[in-house]
Amino acid sequence: MKVLQIIETAYRATIEEQDDTIVWVTHAMKGAGGDFSVLLRGNAVNYGVKDQDASGLAFGAELQTQPPDLAGDVSKLTDKGIDVFYVREDAEDRGIEVGSLIDGLHPIGRADIAGLCDKHDQVWHW
Amino acid sequence: MADKKTLTFAIMDGPYENPRSTTAFRLMDIAARRGYNINVFAYEGAVNLPLTTQTPHANAVHGRDVDEENHPLPHKWIKALMAEAKNNGGEIDWVNCGLCVDERGAHEAVEGCRRGTPGDFWGFAENSDNTLVIPTR
Repeated sequence: MKVLQIIETAYRATIEEQDDTIVWVTHAMKGAGGDFSVLLRGNAVNYGVKDQDASGLAFGAELQTQPPDLAGDVSKLTDKGIDVFYVREDAEDRGIEVGSLIDGLHPIGRADIAGLCDKHDQVWHW
Repeated sequence: MADKKTLTFAIMDGPYENPRSTTAFRLMDIAARRGYNINVFAYEGAVNLPLTTQTPHANAVHGRDVDEENHPLPHKWIKALMAEAKNNGGEIDWVNCGLCVDERGAHEAVEGCRRGTPGDFWGFAENSDNTLVIPTR
């Protein structure tokens, strides 16, 4: 069984969790034998931007020492053989240029999302 | 039951936040009444749904004391869903994401809810007729 993980809700609790919970759960289930592709859409296309930096958070003397590295976590998905797609128009709408993205991501047009879904047994939309 | 189904739900929202949790329970209730087997992977805030330390309260605005108000408690709904499934020949296998439980200190769960991992979720999905994720937004 192959599952397409569509990640649309972006930056939810990424500071507290120090990751994106759906990227994280995809890593965990891949480790448990799961077979996945990932589609970043909406605001989640920003997960592919390589120069984002969430470091430096401090509340009083409480410092965050392990800030989220979303682009790094997405890149590690591709390292594990997971195809990671992003919606080209969603990136363009946000002024995200191809050169600002990490390597290994596959752009896909909105009109082609249905076809991508068809290539998977299940689609989980987060 | 010849057409007995097994359905998996992944849910993420905590109690008293939005109607998605109630919608998930409604769907589980229908499945339970049909005697289906139901798997639940409670992820993130959803691990607080079966928390047994939830307590009812009176409501002065409603003009009702605690008994009259009969305030809904999600952990009681989960117990009721488990009983409904059992009464109809099915069962609910409820797994709380263990790390999510630790983060929230949500250790006191309804009997029958167990601690697990995303690997349990994948196992549920592989062995179910279908899987529905109801994420938070």
